[in-house]
Amino acid sequence: MSARLSSAFPADRAALVCFVTAGDPTPAATPAILDALVEGGADVIELGMPFTDPMADGPAIQAANLRSLAAGTKTADILQIATDFRSHHPDVPLVLMGYANPMTRRGPEWFADAAAAAGVDGVICVDIPVEEDAALGPALRAKGIAPIRLATPTTDAARLPAVLDGAGGFLYYVSVAGITGKQQAVQASIEEAVTRLKASTDLPVAVGFGVRTPEQAAAIARVADGVVVGSAIVDIVAEHGAAAAGPVRDYIRSLSDAIATARATTNA
Amino acid sequence: MTNTATQLNSYRNQPDAQGHFGQFGGRYVAETLMPLVLDLEKHYRAAKADPTFQAQFDDLLEHYVGRPSPLYYAERLTEELRKDAPAGKGAQVWFKRDELNHTGAHKINNCIGQILLAMRMGKTRIIAETGAGQHGVATATVCARFGLPCVIYMGATDVARQQPNVFRMKLLGAEVVPVTSGAATLKDAMNEGLRDWVANVHDTFYIIGTAAGPHPYPELVRDFQSVIGKEARAQMLSRINRLPDLLVAAIGGGSNALGLFHPFLDDEVKMLGVEAAGYGLDGDQHAASLLGGFPGILHGNKTYLLQDEDGQITEGHSISAGLDYPGIGPEHAWLKDMGRVEYTAITDDEALDAFQLLCRTEGIIPALEPAHAIAAVAKIAKDMDRDQIILANLCGRGDKDIFTVAEKLGVEM
Repeated sequence: MSARLSSAFPADRAALVCFVTAGDPTPAATPAILDALVEGGADVIELGMPFTDPMADGPAIQAANLRSLAAGTKTADILQIATDFRSHHPDVPLVLMGYANPMTRRGPEWFADAAAAAGVDGVICVDIPVEEDAALGPALRAKGIAPIRLATPTTDAARLPAVLDGAGGFLYYVSVAGITGKQQAVQASIEEAVTRLKASTDLPVAVGFGVRTPEQAAAIARVADGVVVGSAIVDIVAEHGAAAAGPVRDYIRSLSDAIATARATTNA
Repeated sequence: MTNTATQLNSYRNQPDAQGHFGQFGGRYVAETLMPLVLDLEKHYRAAKADPTFQAQFDDLLEHYVGRPSPLYYAERLTEELRKDAPAGKGAQVWFKRDELNHTGAHKINNCIGQILLAMRMGKTRIIAETGAGQHGVATATVCARFGLPCVIYMGATDVARQQPNVFRMKLLGAEVVPVTSGAATLKDAMNEGLRDWVANVHDTFYIIGTAAGPHPYPELVRDFQSVIGKEARAQMLSRINRLPDLLVAAIGGGSNALGLFHPFLDDEVKMLGVEAAGYGLDGDQHAASLLGGFPGILHGNKTYLLQDEDGQITEGHSISAGLDYPGIGPEHAWLKDMGRVEYTAITDDEALDAFQLLCRTEGIIPALEPAHAIAAVAKIAKDMDRDQIILANLCGRGDKDIFTVAEKLGVEM
């Protein structure tokens, strides 16, 4: 699997995983926003593929999807954004995140080939659970792209081994049963879940859903291998549009600073 | 495909253990919902094997819904259609009268089954999506009957154009939530239903209104609706001691059609599903997923979808809000590819003509959905022999549609 993804999770601190929707507000504006994520200290980039029917997303990312599609974003634009990102940032892992239909429209092999050619390291498909892995997983693995799986509060111990079977990159723990951007889980339940997940896998465990403040990020960074932030960044893009790069960089810097010292402050 | 078709022992034993109808169907849901969907399947298997559950279902259908619905020979319609037919042609037209059910459509059959299942699973809150409002009314009805709180998601556009049904749902005690995302119609209401479900997994049961969604929904909705075809089959045999030659039903998501077709799938009976052609199949203003779409993944299943080359879902159009959905139940996708059922499409204008034709000839005001089926019957009856029998599903009554029809006909009300 991708060397870029495995080296993005250092042993001494949590990685910062940052999501934005490709093409929001326009395809032309996305590269500067991705640069800002890297400059602010993001370790892994999740590039959202817009979809007309983002049924697992809350209002913030739904609106980002619609802004992107209204700007005319096509699958070809997203792959071009990924290709350009790879040439500017050869060492930063890039993950595509989205829904099954845009990913499989031209066939799973077409998508895996195109993603691999664009330098994509992993794929998170929200609505392909392990039961339907055949729809995309084999094509991704054949191209060395990590199929990144999601575990949730409803993924019990009996089910977990199946979820991990064939998984790659990192395990994304969705800390809340719900849609993106709404509320955050209580810290105790996150700690309990991460401990349980780490006992079952050697993959890094990144925790997301509802993470907004540096304090929340630091609290998760103390127990997990990665912190995923999405809706909060998308909100900044919504507010600043094509001029979002500066505010995004400053916000990401506040998170990465908090994460950098998170474990030191508890250990001291 | 045809080779496989001839080798099948039965068309009635789908889906497979993973919920697939050939390449269609499946369980394409977020991980949070996956354990729930598996749990639902387990409970449905147990319910299906439990005579008490079946007895409860049958009892409610008889005494609350008013089943069996009549099987009716539409004599004047048959004669009217024969006027344009060549000598010796003009098939007999019969109707399965599911528009006479409580709440005015076939939707209630499925809602009775699902609410019994919800209660069996200990769920205490019901959610549903609705387009025209018929499924919303049927869901609100069974929730009132069993005293469960009920939230109905309905596109804001549909809320505006279906005010009488919104009021009905409220009278029945449901909370109606207008959905403003997307185009604010049925598919957006379904997205919002899924979002609610994923956030309320412990106490909430999602009553899906058609034979679509993640497995086991397509199977269980079909099973509950199959009462239509089982009754019709028995009624035909007892009335005239033979089966019909052709079954016809309108298709939005496809539950009334599957309900009629499924019990006949292994008989020598032809079947025709009628999609909504809207302003015509040559443009993009239609809702014919099978005839004008491509296989894809949406709302938990793989099926034919109206979509662009990037897999973005496009908005369907039909005069009938109940057919205005960019997808189709996965079993229809499979039946189409197997060649077992034929599919056609009827435009808004043709449906409007058929709507008025049935009013005048039979004294029955049909819903705009079955008006599509009647339009297809009118086209095909004249090519069939006089002793042949067409059985069409009259799946809903037209009270809800009179405002739409008046507007289209330029009548001020």
